[in-house]
Amino acid sequence: MTMEWIRFILGTGLLITGAVTFLLEIFGVFKFRYVLNRMQVAAMGDTLGIGASLVGLMILFGFRFVTFKLALVLIFLWCASPVSSHLISRLEYTVDEELDQFCEVDAAEKERE
Amino acid sequence: MSRLLSEDEYGRRPVGAFKQWVNGIKDPYLNNVEIGEEVQKEESEELLREHQEEIISVLRRVHDVANNSQYTLFRKFYKAAAFICCVTLTALLLITVAYLPPVGNGENPAHNEVAAKYIEDGLQDTGAVNIVTGMILDYRAFDTFGESNVLFIATCTVLILMRNDKMKGKGSAEEEEKRDSFYEPKNDKILQTAATVLVPFIILFGIYVILNGHLSPGGGFSGGAIIGAGLILYLNAFGFEKTERFFTAKTYKWISFSALSFYCLAKSYSFYTGAHHLESGIPLGTPGNILSSGLILPLNICVGLVVACTMYAFFALFRKGGF
Repeated sequence: MTMEWIRFILGTGLLITGAVTFLLEIFGVFKFRYVLNRMQVAAMGDTLGIGASLVGLMILFGFRFVTFKLALVLIFLWCASPVSSHLISRLEYTVDEELDQFCEVDAAEKERE
Repeated sequence: MSRLLSEDEYGRRPVGAFKQWVNGIKDPYLNNVEIGEEVQKEESEELLREHQEEIISVLRRVHDVANNSQYTLFRKFYKAAAFICCVTLTALLLITVAYLPPVGNGENPAHNEVAAKYIEDGLQDTGAVNIVTGMILDYRAFDTFGESNVLFIATCTVLILMRNDKMKGKGSAEEEEKRDSFYEPKNDKILQTAATVLVPFIILFGIYVILNGHLSPGGGFSGGAIIGAGLILYLNAFGFEKTERFFTAKTYKWISFSALSFYCLAKSYSFYTGAHHLESGIPLGTPGNILSSGLILPLNICVGLVVACTMYAFFALFRKGGF
């Protein structure tokens, strides 16, 4: 009985954490003014929010075949989301000529690009 | 205790800002988010007249209106025929509507016979555990055939508009592609590693969805879309040289052609025998087995192939103007 309760509280707690992360992420995406800031908010929120919600669901479901599928979904999204954010940031890095106004840039590195 | 705020102070509060946004007085994202400036187009009498003259001259050149009496006759006939067709169609539809049963009546045939027939006899008639697949690929297979053809025609239209036939030199497909993706990260190690890991699994999953179309949710359309997405990811990571080893315009043409014609022939046969109460000779198998439900599995594969190729062709045509 206590195990059930611990599982329920853990699962729902993680689910709520994930939902709150998504809310913060949406807020940040609309609040920040610079592309790289927004990209970071989206990437961080995606990985943490998806991770927390899916792990919460896995705990709630218990040890079943569905849990395995959820783990696969988690691995897939953790592969895909950071890579796409990386591509966005790299495009911004190559295209933006006034990048040094927003963040520190290694001059030699920028020249080489 | 409440006090009345001045209009200016109220506007600065969140509630006031929200109200202003709702009323369309102020855009909160203006000057806060990077937005490109709107380019104003010049509008002058000169340009307008030039444009009109161009349209008229093109009409004269193409149709030779002044000397071609057949063409003028055809124009008149076209107008009259269009009018008659429209009126006839409107009248027919209105008469049909007048004979329809009232909306929401429980006795309507749509509420009783069709759905009950599909649910009760679906498994026995089609052999598909997934009733939805049984419906779209057996009872309503002509509809699905039309959908696959719509996809094919859409690609043909994009092909007509976007195809770049120049092989070499300035303005050729390769040059355009290079110019378009000049700033894009090329040969990105991270993307390539991720694609190497993910692409086989994406394509494998797409194949699984297609082959299990008659047993579980999924089928040709969704599985084909998954395979197409995997191919596009591969293309983005490794570039056109790698994909063109196994997928060119010729491959696309042959896959689409053979899949659509097989679908057409198989379904025509099935409809012919079905309409004449003949023995079709296609075994339905045991429901639940992977090789069961007669024609549904091959038809699913055909639809999946067409959808996957269409997705990839769209991407390649918009990106490069050929593949």
